[in-house]
Amino acid sequence: MERYRILPHTADGKFQAYGKTIEEAFANAALATASLMWDWTKVEPRARHFIHVRGSDREQLLVKFLGEVVYLFDAKRFLLGKVDGLRIRPEFEGFSLEAVLAGETLADGQELYGGVKAVTYHDLKIEECGGFTVQVVVDM
Amino acid sequence: MDLRKIGDNVWEIPKQGEMRVPAVIYSSARLLEDIRRDQTLTQARNVACLPGIERTSYVMPDAHQGYGFPIGGVAAFDLDDGIISPGGVGYDINCGVRLLKTDFTEEDVAAKRKELLAEIFKEVPAGVGKGGVTKLSRSVLKDILVKGAEWAVESGYGRKDDLERTEEGGRMRDASADDISDRAMERGIPQLGTLGSGNHFLEIQKVQEIYDEAAAGSFGLRAAGQVLVMVHCGSRGLGHQVATDFIEAFEDAFGVKGLPDRELVHAPFKSAEGQRYYRAMCAAVNYAFANRQMIAHWVRDVFARVLGTSRGMDQVYDVCHNVAKVETHDSGGRPKRLVVHRKGATRSFGPGRPEVPACYRASGQPVIIPGSMGTASFLLAGTAEAEALSWSSTAHGAGRVMSRHEALRRFRGEKIRDDLARRGIELRSTSWKGVAEEAAEAYKDVDEVVRVSHETGLGRLVAKVVPIGVMKG
Repeated sequence: MERYRILPHTADGKFQAYGKTIEEAFANAALATASLMWDWTKVEPRARHFIHVRGSDREQLLVKFLGEVVYLFDAKRFLLGKVDGLRIRPEFEGFSLEAVLAGETLADGQELYGGVKAVTYHDLKIEECGGFTVQVVVDM
Repeated sequence: MDLRKIGDNVWEIPKQGEMRVPAVIYSSARLLEDIRRDQTLTQARNVACLPGIERTSYVMPDAHQGYGFPIGGVAAFDLDDGIISPGGVGYDINCGVRLLKTDFTEEDVAAKRKELLAEIFKEVPAGVGKGGVTKLSRSVLKDILVKGAEWAVESGYGRKDDLERTEEGGRMRDASADDISDRAMERGIPQLGTLGSGNHFLEIQKVQEIYDEAAAGSFGLRAAGQVLVMVHCGSRGLGHQVATDFIEAFEDAFGVKGLPDRELVHAPFKSAEGQRYYRAMCAAVNYAFANRQMIAHWVRDVFARVLGTSRGMDQVYDVCHNVAKVETHDSGGRPKRLVVHRKGATRSFGPGRPEVPACYRASGQPVIIPGSMGTASFLLAGTAEAEALSWSSTAHGAGRVMSRHEALRRFRGEKIRDDLARRGIELRSTSWKGVAEEAAEAYKDVDEVVRVSHETGLGRLVAKVVPIGVMKG
């Protein structure tokens, strides 16, 4: 199954990510976000970051989850290569998400494709039809 | 959508439905074709529905679709009944432009042009994931967030008179470091003093044409061939994180029900959340001022080393393109304090405004409008008319018309470099892919943007400058 597809967008980066479950679609969305900045297929899972985010709805949960990829890159030079054990649970108000992000630290001189500034709500979609499709626009 | 022509290069979406005010678009028929192709007009209409908006939701000639507000959107809100919105400022808070003049002519630098650019490329960190040269502690960062370019000058980066020639004196007084999250700080620490990537650039330019000798003279521009340096960058990851943090905080505090677009989330300006965002935004603005101050200092250093002197390298001005500011404007014949959001727009204060430095008070403030990579940029002067037209605002650049994806499909970075070289423009970049994405063809015609700005009175044309050396992140 195709993990994600990068879509044309005038100013920034736009993609759809797919999954049989919402968890799989979210994990693929994280890889799609990474793919706008580096080749995640070449990243070795040497370091791991355990992350836990909460969202008042699934949209906010997705924006905050993908925001982790952006933050870890900017602040810790962390290149995501793999998403493990992603779980989403309903909470009293909204949802929580846990996952392990595996990858390595950016080496000096390593080539990157571009910088993602932020994950936006613009044209954000989470759709269920057989499986799940999420659509995201990021500011670049 | 109901769009009426109400004057030369002026269009209006009349007040309808939930709009509290009309929307006015400054555009030629040609630029309007691009503007109509995306969601710019719908976004301008959405802005017109926000609480406390005064007079009109404005759209500048270079507008294109943004997040929430259009890029090129200007809106002012009542301080008591109005709102503040991160979507009205943008993710790159105080993305802006600094222009330095020199006393060198094109001939003076001709033999050393390559070396100058190569040295600047070495000195100024740029590109994705490239950290700064300074290892910052958190307490120093806090100082920078409060003092902006003043911190930089006190620390030996640049000169005191640079501050006078920066909007806000290089320091927004309402900034507070306490409203900046740990995450924003962590993103900001490694990136201070870096150019970044995307559409950010540094150019060595020459004056090509002067349209208004008196204003040009007061800005320090004398004749065609004079060399200038332009720096275009912003608040880096720190500003992006501030926007992200407060979109979330506003969602949690006020909800998103009834919003036509979640990126339009806002808070009453005087609410605790609204004030926290305002203070954090001011801090991010200061970070960006300090950033450009450091980069300009390194550029002077390189000129001094390569050409023997950096004498005469005075700052012309430093302008914000993404900001919200409390300003006094004329509202129905009476002065009124308003929070003016300019997102992808330049302040264009005319002669006599007290915020404009004394040296420019007769001409109006310098308005710096960069073109796309390798094309012309323009220097304009703020006008008195812009007060009534657009809360003293004008365009900020060219504006994309082609996706990065499409640009990558059509252009090759190396070929662009060769084409520019044939036109006498040197190019250095950290990424050929980035160069292809920023191809001039992916942008609107900046000449047309400034023509509309001049003819409508938003900003008066002063000079046209063209690059001789381009450094891209």
